[in-house]
Amino acid sequence: MLFTVLTGLITSSLLIPFGKFIKTKWSILLPLIPVILFLYYLLQLPAVVLGSNYLQHVNWVPSLGLNLDFKLDGLSLLFALLITGIGSAIFFYARSYLKGHPYFDRFFGYLLLFMSAMLGVVLSNNILSLFVFWELTSISSFFLIGFNNDNKDSRNSAITALSITGLGGFFLLAGLILMGNIADTYIISDLVSRREVLINHRLYPVVIGLLFMGAFTKSAQFPFHFWLPGAMKAPTPVSAYLHSATMVKAGIYLLARFTPALGNTQYWNTTLMIVGGFTMLMAAIHALFRTDLKAILAYSTIAALGMLTFLLGMGTTEALIAASVFILVHALYKATLFMVTGIIDHETHTRDITKLSGLRKVLKPVFIAALLAALSSAGLPFTFGFIGKDLIYEATLHYQQNWQIWLTALAVATNIGLVAAGFMAGIKPFTGALPQEYEQTHLPPISMWITPLILAILGIIFGIFPSITGDYFSHQVANAIAGQETNLHLKIWHGLNTVLILSLTTLAAGTVVYLFNKPSETKLAALERADKFSARYVFERVTDRLTIFAKWYTDLFHNGFLRSYHFRIILAAELLLGYKLWLSGPIYINFDQLTPLSWYEVGITLILLGALYIVVTTKSRLTSVVSTSVIGYAVCLLFVFYSAPDLAMTQFTIDTLTTVLFVLVLYKLPPFINLTSRKVLVRDAILALGFGAILAMIALRILYEPNTTEVSDFYGENAYLLAKGKNVVNVILVDFRGIDTMFETVVLAISALGVYSLIRLRLKSSEKE
Amino acid sequence: MKSAILQTATRYLLPILLLFSFFLLLRGHYYPGGGFVGGLVASIAFVLHSFANGTEATMKILRYKPLSLIPIGLGIAAISVVLPLLFGLPAMTGLWFEEPIPVIGMIGTALFFDLGVYFVVIGVVLTILFTIALEE
Repeated sequence: MLFTVLTGLITSSLLIPFGKFIKTKWSILLPLIPVILFLYYLLQLPAVVLGSNYLQHVNWVPSLGLNLDFKLDGLSLLFALLITGIGSAIFFYARSYLKGHPYFDRFFGYLLLFMSAMLGVVLSNNILSLFVFWELTSISSFFLIGFNNDNKDSRNSAITALSITGLGGFFLLAGLILMGNIADTYIISDLVSRREVLINHRLYPVVIGLLFMGAFTKSAQFPFHFWLPGAMKAPTPVSAYLHSATMVKAGIYLLARFTPALGNTQYWNTTLMIVGGFTMLMAAIHALFRTDLKAILAYSTIAALGMLTFLLGMGTTEALIAASVFILVHALYKATLFMVTGIIDHETHTRDITKLSGLRKVLKPVFIAALLAALSSAGLPFTFGFIGKDLIYEATLHYQQNWQIWLTALAVATNIGLVAAGFMAGIKPFTGALPQEYEQTHLPPISMWITPLILAILGIIFGIFPSITGDYFSHQVANAIAGQETNLHLKIWHGLNTVLILSLTTLAAGTVVYLFNKPSETKLAALERADKFSARYVFERVTDRLTIFAKWYTDLFHNGFLRSYHFRIILAAELLLGYKLWLSGPIYINFDQLTPLSWYEVGITLILLGALYIVVTTKSRLTSVVSTSVIGYAVCLLFVFYSAPDLAMTQFTIDTLTTVLFVLVLYKLPPFINLTSRKVLVRDAILALGFGAILAMIALRILYEPNTTEVSDFYGENAYLLAKGKNVVNVILVDFRGIDTMFETVVLAISALGVYSLIRLRLKSSEKE
Repeated sequence: MKSAILQTATRYLLPILLLFSFFLLLRGHYYPGGGFVGGLVASIAFVLHSFANGTEATMKILRYKPLSLIPIGLGIAAISVVLPLLFGLPAMTGLWFEEPIPVIGMIGTALFFDLGVYFVVIGVVLTILFTIALEE
């Protein structure tokens, strides 16, 4: 399985050098990747149907418990097939959709990256690698939403989507680590056996709360749903692939995956039902007011995601079965409708349903695909949507007493909205009279319309022969979610019962809503007046405030004056060190223990003080620099006396070079003028004296410390034995702590590059701010 | 600062100081010295030359930009770090030849690591100083 994840990643990076090549007719190679992966997963199907799970283990960072563990069970396989199957359709479609686009190669690079990441999410059996892939999907989604990067709306939407899903990612990481620590395992399939420990732990509500944050942000649940309509700024293939069929279902996948280990508790069920229920109803109503085809589809996607969350929240076997089927139902018809929208947009350059009509005359095959998808979304008998809807109603009707009526009513209301929204997107643009301006619309190349048509027809085939998916495949999916054997048997005809009546009622009511609901700009504007109370409004205000705060903070601390940086750094160091010293109590100097002063120590100290006096009082820069280096040399002499020749040598050369550097810089400066006021001088003097005093106190305190020489003894004893060196200082630098030295040299190199590029940088006047 | 005395002196001082810096590098493993201080001494040799003859003249005897010494040095150090991996040992394991080589002494990966540091230091110091000195 690892290779399926790596294929996309490797191809994606290969597109950097071979971008030009892939823009030619060889672009046909690109869709072959998902197709091959799809076939690979189809071949895994028989084994999974028989109930076996395929496990793969690759060591990555074993010391951190970070291993690449993959597991293929029914749930993973469903998603893997969706990702690669819908992916194949999208790749073929996008190849025509973006033909001749200057960033064609870049687009497919992101798309392949996304596909790999998403496969990684659904196949990971280790919660840490799951998280890594999870974040990668957010990142690739960011690049794809902002693909038209010269459009400001596009960029803003991309940032909103990244900040919402990224925020959720943080919570998710915390939740996953907490869960791993409580369960004492990071292997997902082992979590189930630790279920009792997990759900009885006092932090259980925190764990699932954090997990929910991750899932809700990713799967666009209220109040985080608003990034999804914004994400529709991405090219349509992306909307079809990421923001309806696969990525937004990652949150659902997460909930489904952890249901056996964490689910079916009161916290779990209540939260999911409330959030999912509210989201689905709200989004279904919202969808009816939209005039933009993609906005309609975005809101109906949110409603479908809400429905899935709601079903997982109910947690009964029937509800889990319904969810496992509905995932497939929704992916098939929604991807089709998105691709149809893309074709309409591509050919007519508008997505406004108040303008579009009669396109059936010019886009016949597209119309057939759209019609089939709309019917499946409406749940007409003999479509796959009908089966899905049946299962949902069965689940709500069989829920515990007192609640079943309300839940069923909620599901019916949502579904009525979804029926109408599906008709608005799939039928409305094609019916009625063809306006003159669209008469010249011609059919796009076959590769664009054949893929949605195939998906739509699949929706019908699965609807007529539901046992194809039901008996074999969905059965295993439901087993994986429920964590136990389920009894799933899909049929078209259940007899004349409540469920059938509800289904037909939904269909009729939805059609009525569709016929009488005339979305228009004015209605939309009325809806937007209530925007002040929406989650997006709050989010935007918060980010505005945050930006203002960040600017204020940056201006305050990064004013560009080296002297103020120095002042603050030293002040902060003084406060922290001073506090620590104050805590550690008074310092006594034990004069008996001190060695007697020798004449050269006195001499060097006098030189030091003299040079110091000159540094502080001189009016010439050059004199002060030279005096500073005198101080440096004097300290070197002290090192020599106290037998630290390596240190002395280094300090000596460094001091020399620093002086040269200073002279080079000062040489170019204007003559010294005393601009500093007396007050500032006094302030700086106090700061400097304070720092000196603190360092002196630290030195005295070190004398108290017990004289342990364990570390230096180790180095002394082992330098020659282990590293064949006699100079311990050098052995430490190049051998014992060689990695440190390696990185220090890298730091040096970076600073040299910094100086070089800053000084050599010649901005054109237009580039200067 | 053109002075005939200094110019004449640097003609002899430059090679001597460079030799001395190399001597410091080689003896580092046994006596005071090492790549870092060796690199600094070598840089001082070039800086002295540039004082006497002008930075352009020093750049001329260097032939290549001092900046190019940085990747060379980092490369040598990095190779000496990963070389043990080829022998199936953890990275940075010290590998040594059994017998000492005349004049140089024992040769091992640590010496090459130090050599890398030596080059990086020269590259960094000269890049910073010459960039500032040549800035108009």
